[in-house]
Amino acid sequence: MLHIVNKSATERNSLESALRMVTKGSAVLLIEDAVYAATQGSVAAAKIQSAMADVQIYALGPDLDARGMSSRVLDGVKVVDYSGFVDLVTEHNSCQSWL
Amino acid sequence: MSDMMDDMEEGGEGVVKKFMFVNRKAPHGTIYALEGLEVVLISAAFDQDVSMVFVDDGVYELIKGVNTKGIEVKDFSKTYRALEGYDIEKLYVEKASMDARGLTEDDLIVDVTVLDSAEMANLMAEQDVVISY
Repeated sequence: MLHIVNKSATERNSLESALRMVTKGSAVLLIEDAVYAATQGSVAAAKIQSAMADVQIYALGPDLDARGMSSRVLDGVKVVDYSGFVDLVTEHNSCQSWL
Repeated sequence: MSDMMDDMEEGGEGVVKKFMFVNRKAPHGTIYALEGLEVVLISAAFDQDVSMVFVDDGVYELIKGVNTKGIEVKDFSKTYRALEGYDIEKLYVEKASMDARGLTEDDLIVDVTVLDSAEMANLMAEQDVVISY
């Protein structure tokens, strides 16, 4: 299953909710303001790092670029472009968007 | 905003009030950051004592090295550099907000004054008008 998060983890609890519901082998894709969570030094980074033991975390590159965050991405987080986004959706049998 | 206009018309030229614009949102996920910036630019026309404050996710508005081509929206981060030209020079950032996001002054596109939370609270308390985005 693919979990998509688009809200800032320092403003809303969507990321926490998503990470609570992920199962082993699931993927989490961070887009829009959620990408800040995958950056070095953020208080949310620890949540991402502990989740990476069980799930693969992806972040949308164009959203990182637009926020000046491309050079700060955590090790282990895979950056994807829009076609990578589409691939993730097609590779997983279902999606949940944590709006 | 209509109260603000009325006050100014009634007060005439001599009255200068302390206005604080509080920015608490990241730049592109919502329209708040851009709208807040536009209102600050408009406020410059009224010759008031304007402070612009960045707390919580609002500190992300000032990050350097932005490239918005991929998401096809306006890059307004450079507009913060133009504020000086409108005599808006009081920019404040809360230290705790930067620390929580792993950011330092070197990451920011403009010169700011960094305040601790108590200093920020005092600055807010001494304003005549506080407008939040």
